[in-house]
Amino acid sequence: FRLSSLIGHISTCPSLIGQCCQRHPGSVDEFQEELVIRPLHSGDIYASFQFRTLWDTDFLQEGQKVSHYRLFPKSLGQVLSKFSVRELHISFTQGFWRTMQWGQPFIPSPPGAELWVWFHDTVSDVDGNWKELTNVLSGIFCASLNFIDLTNTVQPSASFKPLGLGNATDHRFLRYATLPREIVCTENLTPWKKLLPCGSKAGLAVLLKSEKLFHSSFHSQAVHIRPVCQDEQCTSKAWELRQTLNVVFDLYTAGQGKKAFRSSIYLNCGKTGELFELSPATPLLSQAVVLGDRRTYSVFDLTRAETFGQLRSLNLLLRWKGDGGEMLRPLLHAERYVAGFGLQTGEIHTVIYNNHPYRAFPVLLMDSVPWYLQLYIHTLTVTSKSRDNKPSYIHYQPAKDRHRPHLLEMLIQLPPHSMTEVTVQFERALLKWTEYTPDPNHGFYVGSSVVSALVPSMVAMSTNFTQDQPLFSSFVPVKEESSYFVRVYTEPLLVNLPTPDFSMPYNVICLTCTVVAVGYGSFYNLLTRTFQVDEPSLPLAKRLANLIRRIRGVPLLT
Amino acid sequence: MAAPLTLLLIVAVTIRAVLFRSSWAELISERVEVVSPLNAWKRVVEGLALLDLGVSPYSGDVFHETPFMIYLFHFVVDYAEIVFMIADGITAVALYLSIQTYNKNVFRKQKYALESDRYPADCLELLRSPKEMFYIPLKVAMFYLLNPFTILSCVAKSTCGLNNAIIALFILCTLKGSALLSGILLALATYQSIYPLTLFAPALLFFLQRLYIPVNLRRSSFWFFTLQYAFIYVGSLVVITGLSFFLLGSWDFIPSVYGFIFSVPDLTPNIGLFWYFFAEMFEHFRLFFICVFQINVFFYTIPLSIKLKEHPVFLIFMQIAIISIFKSYPTVGDVALYMAFLPAWSHLYRFLRNIFLVSCVLLACSALFPVLWHLWIYAGSANSNFYYAITLLFNFGQILLVSDYFYAYLRREHHLTHGLYLKKKDGTEATLVLK
Repeated sequence: FRLSSLIGHISTCPSLIGQCCQRHPGSVDEFQEELVIRPLHSGDIYASFQFRTLWDTDFLQEGQKVSHYRLFPKSLGQVLSKFSVRELHISFTQGFWRTMQWGQPFIPSPPGAELWVWFHDTVSDVDGNWKELTNVLSGIFCASLNFIDLTNTVQPSASFKPLGLGNATDHRFLRYATLPREIVCTENLTPWKKLLPCGSKAGLAVLLKSEKLFHSSFHSQAVHIRPVCQDEQCTSKAWELRQTLNVVFDLYTAGQGKKAFRSSIYLNCGKTGELFELSPATPLLSQAVVLGDRRTYSVFDLTRAETFGQLRSLNLLLRWKGDGGEMLRPLLHAERYVAGFGLQTGEIHTVIYNNHPYRAFPVLLMDSVPWYLQLYIHTLTVTSKSRDNKPSYIHYQPAKDRHRPHLLEMLIQLPPHSMTEVTVQFERALLKWTEYTPDPNHGFYVGSSVVSALVPSMVAMSTNFTQDQPLFSSFVPVKEESSYFVRVYTEPLLVNLPTPDFSMPYNVICLTCTVVAVGYGSFYNLLTRTFQVDEPSLPLAKRLANLIRRIRGVPLLT
Repeated sequence: MAAPLTLLLIVAVTIRAVLFRSSWAELISERVEVVSPLNAWKRVVEGLALLDLGVSPYSGDVFHETPFMIYLFHFVVDYAEIVFMIADGITAVALYLSIQTYNKNVFRKQKYALESDRYPADCLELLRSPKEMFYIPLKVAMFYLLNPFTILSCVAKSTCGLNNAIIALFILCTLKGSALLSGILLALATYQSIYPLTLFAPALLFFLQRLYIPVNLRRSSFWFFTLQYAFIYVGSLVVITGLSFFLLGSWDFIPSVYGFIFSVPDLTPNIGLFWYFFAEMFEHFRLFFICVFQINVFFYTIPLSIKLKEHPVFLIFMQIAIISIFKSYPTVGDVALYMAFLPAWSHLYRFLRNIFLVSCVLLACSALFPVLWHLWIYAGSANSNFYYAITLLFNFGQILLVSDYFYAYLRREHHLTHGLYLKKKDGTEATLVLK
């Protein structure tokens, strides 16, 4: 038996704070929050918080300055209008998501920081806007996003299509950058919490205690802004701001929840009652299909008073019944590693697993490699089941030293139930001594590869657009019933580069200039002097005597 | 002399073929001493692969060959090994024929000088005899073909072999007296890598000498011929560059090839002096030292031309040596080209001062290069300073070698005019110094 419990209790809050989250009459700003708790098979608990703010404003109107902010945070609103941003996705992650042990996450994210932005097509200088945007976001989120510059920004041509409205295909307005070395800590959580309409004082956000959140195996917080339709016919549009926090931990956690406009806790209970016992039992059960997985969720709606019972507190207790039960095996999984030895060359191997028993499907692999690892695209090999598998679409943009990184995007067809290996050779460059990080022997990080695919679903998905859909199943728009969109991030790589000796600049300059001077000196001597017979010179006394003799006009001594 | 030359060619081709088929070929083509970012075969293949993918090879920073190379290898990439062996053969035969012509010229001039009694009586032992000069062309060809540096360069399929072939053909055409071909080949050599520009001066001096035009800046005949030759040279260069534009339809190759040679952005270690110097350079002074180092290659031309205006072939040797030592991305293939000329100056042996030291230094450095590279890159027990030190020593040895031969050549010329056994004023034996 394994016992694990989740206890939540709610205390009353002053009504003043509660009011700010209520629906304002006359406006159509909406706020919805949700917490999904899913126990994982490895004994961990996966908690996914989603906070969604809908901001009804006509952003497509040019020249209209928006200054009326209600629930939507002003800092982000100003950023959107100043830089003509259409979609913004930023995530900060600590830890690596173990797909094979934990299944697919609701919102995938790579380790470190990731930022991708679609600009409006009215922007004339996208690079300038991008640079300023990263600096402004760096200030808003207290993260070192100012390290994002042209040397680690790419423009993916196919992997990052807009998730909101609009069917723009000109990838000149898309920018993607990742900082694998970025560390997430409380300093980043605080400004993230500030963006919520009630901050961390009411609603599910009260549960976000940093000392609990950062004692976890995986922590990811993200902000996604995109334009959405407000109804089925898309007569009115709105900005949607989703703030998501995904945590995986296996500890006790204490939390509070307060009223919000719509606030619910979804608890994934697997095959009803088999895995664990839930108390208090709730009459509300809903089924949702997310990521091709039909599961039953127990729903606790925190806006209804009867959820809380007499003590005005909600205690959730989960008692595990034992090990076992099955987890849906993730159909798509990817790994990446560096092969080779020495500091001159190496090979990047990306391994993609297709675990579907009988269906083959194509995946789009995107790799962004920094310029100091020079890729040789003629050594690219893709093998599936030890046979050559030629990608049907390759988009390769080679790196320019100190200006832009490599971008490699490939469409690979994965055979069913197989492992596909993509290998490419690279050479390590020697950099100038000022270009190394303060700890050069730690190595250089290479950002995660992104594998995007439409995975065939074993279960029919619903393409209906309903307002009552839980947040976690409506993040990615479902276009067809038989497949769902999955994005898998691989591990980031740590690669060592050869280093010069950092204590030697002055010595090197002196020594090299000495050798050049030796060459110059020898040639100078041979060019400006002529051969002469070496006559010994007179001693000093005789020379003085000769001087006097010359004055006197008398023959000289020899 | 055709038979020994043919035999030599067969032996050279056999050695190269054997090495091509062995497992050493892979290893050699990765060595940084043999290939550089400018002439590595891996990068040529990469450039052609990029072209197949529809991306311009010059859009990245991996391909730095001229469009002429793309054009050539687009057709013969499957027969690359044969192409490089043929290039080596052409270089050897061109050097053979040019040294043969040169020796004939030298002997003829010596005969005239002897008949007009221009040599002092005691320096007859310095004169060269046909017997001594007979095997020199074969030795030159042998020094080129059987030099381990050349063999390594060929097995690695470094395009340095092709550049050497063009320079050797240029020397042959110059010595045979064809100004048109010489100008065209010099333009091609300059187009491949900028540095052969400095060979314009010795070629010009040779033609002026051959046509008995005195080198006098005030005479119109001098300017007339100079302008003609310059016109051929610059015209061919413009035509070749224009044709390169039409291959890919853009001028991208100019910053990728010539901008790369001059600004040295890639700091991959090689046997030259630039890489570590600019890896450790303070950013503030980078541009200044780039200019200094690049000027250093070019500015010996005028003084050397003034000093050696009667001896243009030795000037060609000196220029090629200076280019090989001070260029931005040297490889052992460049070193092999000027070393091939050394048998032509074998009569200078008695005046060489440091030859033993220099040969020891060069041999030791060649042996230590792979050892210290392995210790730095693979074993991790040494660091970059070790490899840098050997680079310094190798270049120092080369500089000593070249200046030693220059000294010996000047000294022999001095003796030929002033006599071999010189005496001081009091009749005792004199020593000769540079003053």
